[in-house]
Amino acid sequence: MKQWFKSGAPWIWLTGGAVTLSVLMVAGLLGLIAVRGFSHFWPANVTQVEIVNPSTGETEVLMGELVRAQTVTAVLAREAGNFVPEGQDLMTRYLFKQGNRDQTGNDFIWRFETGMSEFEYPQGVYTIERREWGNFYGFPVAIKKDGQEVTTLDEAGESFHQQVQDLVRESVAYHRSIRAIERGDIGRINRQIEALRLNDRQAELDGLTESELAAVFASNAQRRDELEEEYQVLREELDLLYADMRRNGLRMEMINGQQVDINFAQIVAITMPNDMSTFAKLREYFHQIWEFLTGEPREANTEGGIFPAIFGTITMVFVMSIMVTPFGVLAAIYLREYAKQGPVTRMVRISVYNLAGVPSIVFGVFGLGFFIYFLGGNIDRIFYEAALPSPTFGTPGLFWASLTLALLTLPVVIVSTEEGLARIPSTIRQGSLALGATKSETLWRVVVPLATPGMMTGLILAIARAAGEVAPLMLVGVVKLAPTLPIDGEFPFIHLERKIMHLGFHIFDVGFQSPNVEAARPLVYATALTLVALIVILNLTAISIRNHLREKYRSDSD
Amino acid sequence: MTESVATPQGRRQASRLPDATVRAKRRRIRTFKDKLSRFGITSAGYGVVFSLALIFIYLFYEVLPILRGATVEATVEYSIPGLAEDATVKHLVMERFQELGVNYASDGLVTFFELPTSEIRFQESITVPDDAEITSFAAAENIGALVSYGLSNGQALILRHEYQLTFPDDVRHITPRIARPYGDSPVQIDADGQSLKMLALQESTRGQRRAMAVAYTDDRRLVAASMTTRANLFTGAVDTQVTRTTLPQMSSEPVQILIDKEFRSVFVADKRGRIHYYDISNFNAPELTHIVDAGRGARITAMEFLVGSVSIIVGTERGELSQWFLVRDDVNEYTLEKIRSFKPHAGAITRISPEYTRKGFIAGDATGKVGIHYGTSSRTLLQKQLHESAIANMAISPVNRGLLTVSENNTLTVSEVWNQHPQISFRALWNRVWYEGRANPEYIWQSSSASDEFESKFSLIPLSVGTLKAAFFAMMFAMPLGIMAAIYTAYFMTPKLRGVVKPTIEIMEALPTVILGFLAGLWLAPFMENNLPAVFSILLGMPIMMLLMALLWRNFPASIRNRVPPGWEAVLLIPIVVVFGWVAVSASPWMEIVFFDGSMRQWLTENGITYDQRNALVVGVAMGFAVIPTIYSIAEDAVFNVPKHLTQGSLALGATPWQTVVGVVLPTASPGIFSAIMIGFGRAVGETMIVLMATGNSPIVNFNIFEGMRTLSANIAVELPETAVGSSHFRILFLAALVLFTFTFILNTIAEVVRQRLRARYSNL
Repeated sequence: MKQWFKSGAPWIWLTGGAVTLSVLMVAGLLGLIAVRGFSHFWPANVTQVEIVNPSTGETEVLMGELVRAQTVTAVLAREAGNFVPEGQDLMTRYLFKQGNRDQTGNDFIWRFETGMSEFEYPQGVYTIERREWGNFYGFPVAIKKDGQEVTTLDEAGESFHQQVQDLVRESVAYHRSIRAIERGDIGRINRQIEALRLNDRQAELDGLTESELAAVFASNAQRRDELEEEYQVLREELDLLYADMRRNGLRMEMINGQQVDINFAQIVAITMPNDMSTFAKLREYFHQIWEFLTGEPREANTEGGIFPAIFGTITMVFVMSIMVTPFGVLAAIYLREYAKQGPVTRMVRISVYNLAGVPSIVFGVFGLGFFIYFLGGNIDRIFYEAALPSPTFGTPGLFWASLTLALLTLPVVIVSTEEGLARIPSTIRQGSLALGATKSETLWRVVVPLATPGMMTGLILAIARAAGEVAPLMLVGVVKLAPTLPIDGEFPFIHLERKIMHLGFHIFDVGFQSPNVEAARPLVYATALTLVALIVILNLTAISIRNHLREKYRSDSD
Repeated sequence: MTESVATPQGRRQASRLPDATVRAKRRRIRTFKDKLSRFGITSAGYGVVFSLALIFIYLFYEVLPILRGATVEATVEYSIPGLAEDATVKHLVMERFQELGVNYASDGLVTFFELPTSEIRFQESITVPDDAEITSFAAAENIGALVSYGLSNGQALILRHEYQLTFPDDVRHITPRIARPYGDSPVQIDADGQSLKMLALQESTRGQRRAMAVAYTDDRRLVAASMTTRANLFTGAVDTQVTRTTLPQMSSEPVQILIDKEFRSVFVADKRGRIHYYDISNFNAPELTHIVDAGRGARITAMEFLVGSVSIIVGTERGELSQWFLVRDDVNEYTLEKIRSFKPHAGAITRISPEYTRKGFIAGDATGKVGIHYGTSSRTLLQKQLHESAIANMAISPVNRGLLTVSENNTLTVSEVWNQHPQISFRALWNRVWYEGRANPEYIWQSSSASDEFESKFSLIPLSVGTLKAAFFAMMFAMPLGIMAAIYTAYFMTPKLRGVVKPTIEIMEALPTVILGFLAGLWLAPFMENNLPAVFSILLGMPIMMLLMALLWRNFPASIRNRVPPGWEAVLLIPIVVVFGWVAVSASPWMEIVFFDGSMRQWLTENGITYDQRNALVVGVAMGFAVIPTIYSIAEDAVFNVPKHLTQGSLALGATPWQTVVGVVLPTASPGIFSAIMIGFGRAVGETMIVLMATGNSPIVNFNIFEGMRTLSANIAVELPETAVGSSHFRILFLAALVLFTFTFILNTIAEVVRQRLRARYSNL
């Protein structure tokens, strides 16, 4: 035994244990996110359970999705004011998502197992996804039109569900056209009217003569009237659509027997999870994933999709790449090919490498102070005088966020490119120079193409880092809800001054700033899963490109 | 080659070269391109160096103003306008746009004059009843602009100056006027109708409009009158109710009386340098609580509240300046205590003028000097000679940008003041500071509040301690795991396995910290709270379980043992780790019942240990998780690159593999491991999102593992979007960023230099 300890074998096992633990933690973390994230989309069965209160004897019937179970000690349960049978040390409690927040006040509810009946899964339950107040769980009673019941479930039988689905589809279509008008046409008119106002102001600032000024004002006023008229037409159209959409309603019965009318305008989707086959559920599952990736957020971001966040992240990273790639690559070439390799260059190189270790929030502070307040403020004063005092570039936005991240990821690109350049044998360079090529010809025709893998890797790693960075973005341009996407059909198509949504910030905001954490939790996991997937894919791509190109150029360079 | 040795004739025929001029042109173009490329690349290189320097320079540039003191520059000087021959200036006010000055003269004439030109804008003489004359004057806190003239018949006239802003032709025009908020007629302060020799006035700015006056009468009594008003809804006439009381007698003549804004205490300085503290919270039965010798043998020549009427600044004939406020002791009784003193003036203090929204003041002395001082930071920013003779009166601009001073011979000087960041000093940032209303000097970070009277508390200690605390616990978790895993992977693990394990752990480095933070806050924190015994049994029991497994494995039959080659121990441990983890979690409630009366959390609380759900333990694990790949990756490289001939030599001499690790590998690789730790530490110090999400962000100063913290970086993320640009708070946050930048930069540079040395050493071995 003593010998065994002396040989050090146990310590080898201990170090091995550290590896096991680290790898298991990585796997566990990714697994946790994957399981929680993916399960969010599965249409969960709706449970019905009867609970007899052991102290009062009252019966309570609950219906909803079973979220999770937890074991607590009897002491804690008793202190929380619950009845605990004598002799029981541990209690299980269940978290139900009973939905119907507008009726019951709280949509998540904990119940102890004491007095709880078997879980039942009644047929015919509707899970209604609503635009407000979260899910509704209940049994359908009748379809109403203009306040009158037109079809009841008892009369129509199976065809009732079909009718309901048709009405849902109709209401979703209405909703889509309303949004198209509100966001598209009316938004455009508003922006044009704002542009006219700025035009007026600009004319005043330009110091035109009285008559010129009057002419500008008159033409703007005329254009404004036209737009107003156009707006009126759209407004009427909208009113009609709204009236149509609100015509139909659905009478539902909650588990406690209370009947509730839900307008179809409020309904996003209706499913009957307890009646669905596994195949139907699978279809619904992929449909939900699609909706999540392409939909707009609802209910203060706690429901709906995350499309604007994905779009914002990608746009920002794209703009950043355009800025960081040339700058980083050129700087790396300078350091490796042109700079005199002395102590100064060495110092610069160390400094650049160390920039990668500087906390990202510092870049955010620099971005806010220098880019936004200093550069942005001056740009506004020079080019957007008419819009002042409301800032155009002197406020956080896409461009500044991208620029800050470009600075943040610059070392990543430089380091990778330098590594790529260092790997090229000097014989190749000398060969090219010996053939009479100038230094720049050698560089651009021979060296740089060979170093492409390094550059690509650097760029992809930079993108992966930028996509996951949140702290600096909180200061320089990310918001919880952006009204418009940074790219749209309006000139100049890419709007660098707009604020954007971002996946990472979305996680922070929904997980930590939303009032209903329990409701937001699954969505946060799903968003996290999306972000992790994006970053892991980017990193794997970087690795495979590097390996692939390395192989490809190995034969050339040898 | 064959072409070029052909005859001259043949070459001329076969040559496809363009003629000389074209070639020269092409050469010029190529040279130009070469130069252009050199120029472009060089400028990009310089650009990077420049932008790197720019970050540092810009952060420093934003921080620099806090190191500047204050400046006062006299702009104009004239004799005070509209003052009668025998009258003196009783009170001077500067309006916020620094356009107008107000002068309350001793004869009751109120003059509004234009500051740059001394032209009189408006003048009004207050109406004194026929049988009385003006005997005294008092001003309430300057932000309310309420003043009062005390009369010889025991009455007082209460006035307020107001400004109306209009913008005819887009140009600001200020119209001053005098209002009488407590009725047009004088208020009877002394019921006996004795002359008011000395007067003090204060108005409450919160809730119902209420004012209080305390006067010293001709027959040596201290009387107090509390006034409330009610405006008639229809006529607009103001009805003032007055209640009066008499304060206990003083033994000596008073020189200055102060009333606080809560109407709880009255402070009276007497001729012998003592301050009498009266408790008037029970207005009908005021008490003289105690007397403090504030002058220490010197007469008190000036005494004034700082904004908020908590702190008193006392100036003496010897030029000393000190700050006092009421401190609550153990038995809940208030005593007036000296908090700090300021750099003394050369002559007696004649006048103290507090700032409107900060805890600073300007003092004038008998030699004609003014001094700019600040309470919280104990700073004296400037002392400057403005007049030849003693300063008789002063006014400070509400935005601290201007100063009016009047000398004894009625010369008025208008000065421009720059005094943007008096709150900040090295002591205020790093030492204990005695803040208003606190029992002791403390380290507090509390940067803002809704009220103007709030004393900003900018101690960087809580944030620095929080940063170190978070980094410490993260390193406690990450260092052993990262380094041990690195040693095993680099030295013991089979190459095949290493090819899988290393990238797996390294990919963690790319994982966004926001995800770690969110898991820590929403999953790990509640999990730990519910399974505290499991957490501790895993932390303590896991190594023991691993050793037990090793022992067990040694006693396995050789036939099984031989099937697993060395280098696969880590795989064998997977079931152990998983099973033990599962057992620990499921046994957790039972452990709580057996050892902790049913709940470990409550048990901790009962034993006097505060427990927050989002605490340092959670941060330690989550941030440790983020740091492990950094440490692991660098340390693994260092261990792996130890030259093979060294280890082989050691093994050949009969050392066991572990003895080789301890005796040869680790000493050689130690600089690399050191730099791994440095870089990991740098990362933990600067990490923002994890601490932001996994702690309660409360800036506390302790190392309790069950409490949260606020770090420098999280503090920047929380507060920077909400501060006013250019304010002291803004600059302190920049200072925090600069500190983080410099600190991590130095750490990383050390690590990088150590690594480069190591690399050189390896190549020499």
